Amino acid sequence: MHFTINGATHAVEPDIRASLLDVLREHLGLTGTKKGCDHGQCGACTVLVNGRRINACLTLAVMHQDDDILTIEGLGSAEHLHPLQAAFIKHDGYQCGYCTPGQICSAVGMLDEVAKGWPSHVSADLETVTLDGAEISERMSGNLCRCSAYPNIVDAIAEVAGAERA
Amino acid sequence: MKTFTYSRAESPEAAVAAGGRFIAGGTNLLDLMKLQIETPEKLVDISRLDLARVERRGDGGLTIGALVPNSDLAADPQVIADYPVLSRALLAGASGQLRNKATTGGNLLQRTRCPYFYDTAMACNKRDPGAGCSAMDGFNRNLAVLGTSAECIATNPSDMAVALRALDATIVTLTSDGDKRRIAIGDFYRLPGDTPHIETVLRPGELITHVELPAPPAGAQGYRKVRDRASYAFALVSVAGVVAVADGKIVSAALAFGGLAPMPWRDAAVEAALVGQVPNDAVFAAAADALLAGAKGHGANDFKIPLARRTLIATLRTLTGAVA
Ligand SMILES: Cc1cc2nc3c(=O)[nH]c(=O)nc-3n(C[C@H](O)[C@H](O)[C@H](O)COP(=O)(O)OP(=O)(O)OC[C@H]3O[C@@H](n4cnc5c(N)ncnc54)[C@H](O)[C@@H]3O)c2cc1C
Ligand code: SF4
Ligand code: FES
Ligand code: FES
Repeated sequence: MHFTINGATHAVEPDIRASLLDVLREHLGLTGTKKGCDHGQCGACTVLVNGRRINACLTLAVMHQDDDILTIEGLGSAEHLHPLQAAFIKHDGYQCGYCTPGQICSAVGMLDEVAKGWPSHVSADLETVTLDGAEISERMSGNLCRCSAYPNIVDAIAEVAGAERA
Repeated sequence: MKTFTYSRAESPEAAVAAGGRFIAGGTNLLDLMKLQIETPEKLVDISRLDLARVERRGDGGLTIGALVPNSDLAADPQVIADYPVLSRALLAGASGQLRNKATTGGNLLQRTRCPYFYDTAMACNKRDPGAGCSAMDGFNRNLAVLGTSAECIATNPSDMAVALRALDATIVTLTSDGDKRRIAIGDFYRLPGDTPHIETVLRPGELITHVELPAPPAGAQGYRKVRDRASYAFALVSVAGVVAVADGKIVSAALAFGGLAPMPWRDAAVEAALVGQVPNDAVFAAAADALLAGAKGHGANDFKIPLARRTLIATLRTLTGAVA
């Protein structure tokens, strides 16, 4: 199977049953993407596929051979942090850090959804979206944090989005 | 996970000809395959089929491709403008990541969230016909109070399907013989009876190609979902409503319910109790009585009966503008 991940192509021979998450972690050594629940319930495995955020644990790798896959390793590096990575550090948006790559990939996808004008469950008006703390919390609800760093995660995302926190 | 063969279908005709189990977003099927609750031998990937558009028909209705992702459908300007109950129901379900992958067809066919269906160590008639039902006297807090049988009390977990039921959607399919079928959503799901493992009228190998919505209905639309946490949780009770008021009276009402039954629930008696009446709490209470006349709790889910009553009344107040 062939994959395009963070701009580079890779050829690997995983089992047909392999999830995209397992190919990233077990076959390509891209262990930034985490496995929390393996059942779509926690968001630790969030990656961007053709720019859209998805749970890498609930999709078969074989179904993504023609796709453009972006993981936390492709978003930024220690020397060149993505603005969200920098904001998570500044606002202490984590404690153990296990959920953080998923939170950041999810936030990248989420901000793109907002830019496209997509409403959320808490949008009073489906046609005009204003990002605030409640919108960020709702839109990020697919990413759990066992350390409960939620207030700081919302602060970090709000700063990057230029959104009001309250 | 049991192993399987995999192929990608290039057309709907090729997909049905392949004669395997379809995988679209995979968010329900893979979850269940990992637990060996589903064990397909042959997976047919339909995710790249050209069925991902939302199109306006000449009669004013919308045709939704079976592969339109839940997130795109919720954000579609035509859906927001004319069928906001559908946007609201979709946005109340799952998470941003899951909605990006979940498809219209897959959502309709997602399976129950009964905890014993998921626990392969426990008896479950839906998973293993004839084995018995562990939920009947077990942890049945999220299970059904309407439309159940002695064999199964599971609920259908979909939010989207509840809105589609209130909107009188039609499901368009391609059978394995290559014939096109049109099935009203009211005829699509089956009650459990003594065959709870058979959940819809789809035949083996039948592909959902589209969902059609009739021309936009008159009136106010809304979706109210009650759940254990504010987001990323399945419904305990939900209500989708389309209600029109003219000259101080209710002139039409379509109400569908989630979390209460094995299928998105609709009852003509509820609507009959409303149409022609001046909207007020006494009328809404009569509609709730009609809905819940045959409701039966199983212990831990008894609370759903008063909760459904309150949720229906609150939804009707909002949709008719009636004050409490
Ligand atoms: C943690 C979690 C929380 C969730 N919360 C909610 C919630 O709150 N509300 C809610 O409504 N849902 C919720 N969901 C469920 C989610 O909406 C479904 O998993 C999703 O809609 C299924 O769509 P899919 O395309 O991924 O289906 P798949 O998993 O690909 O398929 C599901 C089934 O449909 C069949 N199928 C798919 N497409 C077709 C077709 N075109 N024709 C015929 N058969 C087809 C498959 O063979 C399979 O049997 C949740 C899921 C998870 C994992
Ligand atoms: S309620 Fe239905 S799904 Fe749940 S254990 Fe009983 S038979 Fe199985
Ligand atoms: S590991 Fe994928 S959602 Fe938890
Ligand atoms: S920082 Fe520990 S789980 Fe989020």
